[in-house]
Amino acid sequence: MDNLLSIVTFTPAVGALIMALFLRGDDEAAQKNAKWLSLIATGFTFFVSLFIITQFDPQDTGFQFVEQSDWVFGLTYKMGVDGISVLFVMLTTFTMPLVIAASWDVKRRVKEYMIAFLLLETLMLGVFMALDLVLFYLFFEAGLIPMFLIIGIWGGANRVYASFKFFLYTFLGSVLMLVAMIAMYVDAGTTDIEQLLAHSFGTEQFSLLGVQVVGGLQTMLWLAFFASFAVKMPMWPVHTWLPDAHVQAPTAGSVVLAAILLKMGGYGFLRFSLPMFPVASEIMAPLVLWLSAIAIVYTSLVALAQQDMKKLIAYSSVAHMGYVTMGIFAANQQGIDGAIFQMLSHGFISGALFLCVGVIYDRMHTREIDAYGGLVNKMPAYAAIFMLFTMANVGLPGTSGFVGEFLTLMGVFQVNTWVAVIATTGVILSAAYALWLYRRVVMGDLIKESLKGITDMTPREKWIFAPLIIMTIGLGVYPSLVTDVIGPSVGALIDTRTAALSAFEMSTQVAAGGY
Amino acid sequence: MSADLAIVLPEIILSVYAMAALIFAVYTKKDAMAPTLMLASSALFLVMALWIGTGGSATGSAFNGMLQNDGFARFAKVVILVSAAVVLLLSQGYMKQRGLLRFEYPILITLAVVGMMVMVSAGDLIALYMGLELQSLSLYVVAALRRDNVKSTEAGLKYFVLGALSSGMLLYGASLTYGFAGTTTFEGIVQASEGGISLGLLFGLVFMAAGLAFKVSAAPFHMWTPDVYEGSPTAVTAFFATAPKMAAMALFARVVHDAFGTVVGDWQQILAFLALASMFLGAVAAIGQTDIKRLMAYSSIAHMGYALVGLAAGTAVGVEAMLIYMTIYVVMNIGTFAFILSMERDGRHVTDIAGLNMLAERSPGAACALLVLFFSLAGVPPMLGFFAKYGVLLAAVDAGLTWLAVAGVVASVIGAYYYLRIVYFMYFGDPDARRIDGTIAPLNAGLLLASAAIMLLGIVNMFGIEGLAEAAAASLVN
Repeated sequence: MDNLLSIVTFTPAVGALIMALFLRGDDEAAQKNAKWLSLIATGFTFFVSLFIITQFDPQDTGFQFVEQSDWVFGLTYKMGVDGISVLFVMLTTFTMPLVIAASWDVKRRVKEYMIAFLLLETLMLGVFMALDLVLFYLFFEAGLIPMFLIIGIWGGANRVYASFKFFLYTFLGSVLMLVAMIAMYVDAGTTDIEQLLAHSFGTEQFSLLGVQVVGGLQTMLWLAFFASFAVKMPMWPVHTWLPDAHVQAPTAGSVVLAAILLKMGGYGFLRFSLPMFPVASEIMAPLVLWLSAIAIVYTSLVALAQQDMKKLIAYSSVAHMGYVTMGIFAANQQGIDGAIFQMLSHGFISGALFLCVGVIYDRMHTREIDAYGGLVNKMPAYAAIFMLFTMANVGLPGTSGFVGEFLTLMGVFQVNTWVAVIATTGVILSAAYALWLYRRVVMGDLIKESLKGITDMTPREKWIFAPLIIMTIGLGVYPSLVTDVIGPSVGALIDTRTAALSAFEMSTQVAAGGY
Repeated sequence: MSADLAIVLPEIILSVYAMAALIFAVYTKKDAMAPTLMLASSALFLVMALWIGTGGSATGSAFNGMLQNDGFARFAKVVILVSAAVVLLLSQGYMKQRGLLRFEYPILITLAVVGMMVMVSAGDLIALYMGLELQSLSLYVVAALRRDNVKSTEAGLKYFVLGALSSGMLLYGASLTYGFAGTTTFEGIVQASEGGISLGLLFGLVFMAAGLAFKVSAAPFHMWTPDVYEGSPTAVTAFFATAPKMAAMALFARVVHDAFGTVVGDWQQILAFLALASMFLGAVAAIGQTDIKRLMAYSSIAHMGYALVGLAAGTAVGVEAMLIYMTIYVVMNIGTFAFILSMERDGRHVTDIAGLNMLAERSPGAACALLVLFFSLAGVPPMLGFFAKYGVLLAAVDAGLTWLAVAGVVASVIGAYYYLRIVYFMYFGDPDARRIDGTIAPLNAGLLLASAAIMLLGIVNMFGIEGLAEAAAASLVN
């Protein structure tokens, strides 16, 4: 099993290729074949990825399952996972079969739909495994193409605007990262991430257009990466593409976007910004912390005012991602552990919430909150599941949502008490918007004429939620499942960062004649 | 002397062929011979490409350095010959349908190709000018091939008048250079500019760069491009977009490196400015276009800008990146034009972008291939177009032109908009629009798919052109 990671990455793409070459027509039989084939491809990918997690050794903080071969322009095709990335790989392979199953009722251009999702899975997995800068960039950017098509072809009424905004926004953020990657290659002479992690980039202060750049090259590189990851995350104030994309995307697209694509930003911060530019990260940390605190409070307030369910959950996602950036740039064990935990748990919870919206959207074809009310009378099972994930979104102890929020807040409290205080108000606000949404949609009497004939969830819909419920509760009551895997790698990251920072302080003190 | 002739044997063969074919066709069945001549010319181009590519033809410098058949020239010649052959094959069906199949067409193309081959191996200002004019004069005529069409004649005339102006500038620059260097050979000019360039030589360089910028259609000397692209018969446009661009860019590289290789700093700013202006103009001006040929014209202006970024680096790495960029660009354009040539509505050739609405429903294969090509043109990974851009950006950053690289990627985001717009039309546009309804000829479909497949499969190892381009660049820059 030398090529385990490549097998996992490219299995969905092979499924897509088979579909593109051998499936003809768009009749019912072909549609059924396409659905089953995609389910098998994603299911098989998940099955193979179980080998990764079972054979993964958490105590080894280096990269495991590494594959390497030469490529063009002096680049290498290098894949590998460590404690930080392995769980994102699992999150992706775990989510995709559910996404396919949730798309069972798609009627239009099913083959293309499934091909787009399978290709997207390959590209997302590649992002989390790539150990070469340009390979990472390739997977990172290429994912825009299938997502652009998913929003554009199968999206809602305003899909054209949303798809263009999604593509151009994220593209603009990423191209600056590309220039930074090239600059890193010119500086370090390699694009191998493993070697770059050991390379220390210059921190000599220089002047650019009359402005003194503190932290020098590192700061410039950090800013370029920040442009990309902050948009992808998304952080306030560059989050505006996300609500549009979420509202217009089909249910499955929203799930992928919320559960996996948003995690690439956080993963990028952990893989590049923090370990490769430790000095710049230290200089910029207050900025990120404050942006996160603003994001948490501001987007929670915006979520309160939403009329569209998907938009509300989208803004709640931005708020939850605020905890992630806050935890990452708190840069201590609790903060980073909590950030990774929060990303994983948000993957399950927000994915489930978008599926919940999808369930009633499929029946009523509207996402307006006012169009619903009293669903508990007709849909008891739905009311129970929606309740569970609403509570998880609020961060109720016992669900995974609590652990992430608590750890990140604890991490940031040690670094910046004021940010922690402000961010904590977000916990209250999230309870306000989530519970209010639940009350307006599910509780009360069923008085609307149009809702009288609504039916409860089908067995297929219930089964999709089962794994998500298990994960949400399971991680909530036994968080060590995650922290045991990520802990050692996060610890190693913090150690190298601390060493780099103290070396930098020594050098500045020597330069200032302190000794 | 015979050694000199052996070096230019491919050019001699092609010239003799062109003249013989001309006489032969005039004295036999004239236009009825055109299909045969097209096939014969294509076949001859491919044979020549194979011969030059495999190193069969003699290399070295001929006629006291007038012509240089080095690795760089051979790389460019192979790309020119292959693309000319493919475009000739492609245009046959189109020309036939529209009654444009004249026997002069393949002959003029052959002469243009000879001109390009002289251009890329020029080692002297006279050879440079001869090659350039042979190519240009042939192209002026084919632009106006549709004599009964106002737009086509307008295109021909515009091309000729502006082309003559640029040739005048180039000549003026060349004469200044000769006056101050005392020689027309590139070797002599390099020696004259050693240890600093004189003011007269600098003026010569600037005027020559302006003339060459016109030929590669770099902004601000691009004005002719959209009109000529739009007005010329589409098959001719396809030719304009491929081989002549490669030839002109290679000639540009020759002049700056062979003749002015010791004063990189002096021309670097000129090229960087041309690159910057082209990238942004191409990206911004293409947004409002409704005609796909005009759109491709602006797209080519932007692409020339990126290729010039590689050249502006002034290093062997930069030349290598430029060669790879141009090769990938030519392949992408052949695929795109293979499709544009087959765009029809009610039996008539159309080029409006709105005709592409919901192409994905009518012909999913073609739409998918075009999707790949347009994302590749936009420089979005994983297509080869991304690696082309990566190469030139790498060369620019390596040479300390980070600001140009940043400008380049910003322009590529603006440019991505209009490529996305085409994808939008094809995949989620308006199904009620007046759509194209023709079928795609098998040859066009094959080339479209092949070009798209190259863009996708090329990411494995770029089909080894990296090593070839590196060797070619090393023979130019030393």
